[in-house]
Amino acid sequence: MKLIMAIIKPFKLDEVREALTGLGIAGMTVSEVKGFGRQKGQTEIYRGAEYSTNMVPKIKVEVVCDDALAPRVVEGIQQAANSGAIGDGKIFVLEVGQAVRIRTGETGETAL
Amino acid sequence: MSFTKKLCGAAAATGLSLFAALPAWAQEAVPAAAPAVPNPGNNAWMMTSTVLVLLMILPGLALFYGGLTRSKNMLSTMTQIGATACLAMLIWVIYGYGTAFGPEGNAFFSWGKYFLAGVTPASTAATFSDEVISEYVFISFQMTFAAITAALVLGGTVERIKFSAVMVFVAVWLTIVYFPIAHMVWAGGGLIFEWGALDFAGGTVVHINAGVSALVAALILGKRKGFPTEPMPPHSLTMTMVGTGLLWVGWFGFNAGSELEADGTAGLAMINTFVATASAGLFWMLTERVMGHKGSALGLCSGIVAGLVAVTPAAGNVGPFGAVVLGALASIICYFAVSKLKPALGYDESLDAFGIHAIGGIIGAIGTGIFHDPSLGGPGDGSVAMWAQTWIQVKAVVVAIVWAAVGTTIAIYVAKIVTGLRVSTEVEQEGLDLGEHGERAYN
Repeated sequence: MKLIMAIIKPFKLDEVREALTGLGIAGMTVSEVKGFGRQKGQTEIYRGAEYSTNMVPKIKVEVVCDDALAPRVVEGIQQAANSGAIGDGKIFVLEVGQAVRIRTGETGETAL
Repeated sequence: MSFTKKLCGAAAATGLSLFAALPAWAQEAVPAAAPAVPNPGNNAWMMTSTVLVLLMILPGLALFYGGLTRSKNMLSTMTQIGATACLAMLIWVIYGYGTAFGPEGNAFFSWGKYFLAGVTPASTAATFSDEVISEYVFISFQMTFAAITAALVLGGTVERIKFSAVMVFVAVWLTIVYFPIAHMVWAGGGLIFEWGALDFAGGTVVHINAGVSALVAALILGKRKGFPTEPMPPHSLTMTMVGTGLLWVGWFGFNAGSELEADGTAGLAMINTFVATASAGLFWMLTERVMGHKGSALGLCSGIVAGLVAVTPAAGNVGPFGAVVLGALASIICYFAVSKLKPALGYDESLDAFGIHAIGGIIGAIGTGIFHDPSLGGPGDGSVAMWAQTWIQVKAVVVAIVWAAVGTTIAIYVAKIVTGLRVSTEVEQEGLDLGEHGERAYN
């Protein structure tokens, strides 16, 4: 099993969700996050007081799927979240040791 | 009358010797066959104006200031404003009204009518014509002015002053700064009133006074921890925008109400309160563009308030196009005061009560002397030359600045001795909402 963690632009979330449900992904976890990469923050000015914010708001999407599906999930997110501009985000793929469905106690890929 | 004055004191019915020297009042002082009866239309407008000024304080100013502070100090800012207004109202009926508009007095303050002694539903206060309004209405109207002026000063001291210090400061400040200045400018026999200064709705009494006091209080109190290196952006410009709108609406009571009658001059004050403000709102944003920035929401709000401040002394004293020019001028100059002068001098007058209210008030007060002249579309009759009127205005401004600065210094040190003035570093860090009130604005 793989955990696919993607940091994307907030307005790309719907397209990413549609791409992934189209691949048969049954669930995902989404969080609002802040961070920075190559895309620098903005400058804000309030009555002449300038503040540069170096943290940009992003969405973090986390999906767990079986090993066979993982490359297609990565590709799906990469295409759906791509706007061609700096700041589109990153995708990370991690190995998952175990998964358990709390209600039934099922484990492994059947728990996904 | 040759020009509109705010008021020649209250209580025409009691026929005060103070006013006997003024021809316009002399007629009223002569006991007529029947005492003057308030016109219900005027009374109704003044009651409406009075609650409009309350709308400016709570929620108007509370939201305007609150939105500009950090979220951890939202409740503290709004509570200080609300409690200040409450305290000012109580002090006003105990001795404030007597000290500002009492039956006996000198050039600096008056006395009598403490605890509103002798005032009944039948008592009346003079307006500028031969009309009168109910004295209880006049007392209430003037009460809201004292309340908002004290609350405005807090713009300089928010996010670090103790609540208890605010209460002590406001009590002393009203007594030694506001009541005397209100008397000097608005009451018959008052120093600046007798000079013939024009202050329609309180440019000197309210805005220059509050702005200068805020600066002096901020200087003595010291900067907020982390200022100016740590970012302190406004936590909700949405609140500030809502507050700005409420201030503008309430300001019609403030300005058009200051005519004390629902007449044509009140109408002039009303249209000026629209157009000076509109002009100022846009000119602040234009100035931002010219200076290479984006036109901002806070810029629009700041411009609107600067325009309202500048038109306050001018409201019934200039023509609509004089008001448009005044609004634009005030906006441009206030922009530089808050975004260039303040950083250059490095003081932390946190919410720019000085940069907008004092500077805008000074532009308005001096501009009123110029635009009052009939040659510039003003309602003046030209009996006082433009330069002469302007010189009187300048003198009034100087007296207000000096009086406010000295009085505030005394008041803030009294607060310091009694309460310690400033919250601890820990409270300042975690926010005054939790530290001073045990609550959070947002959960």
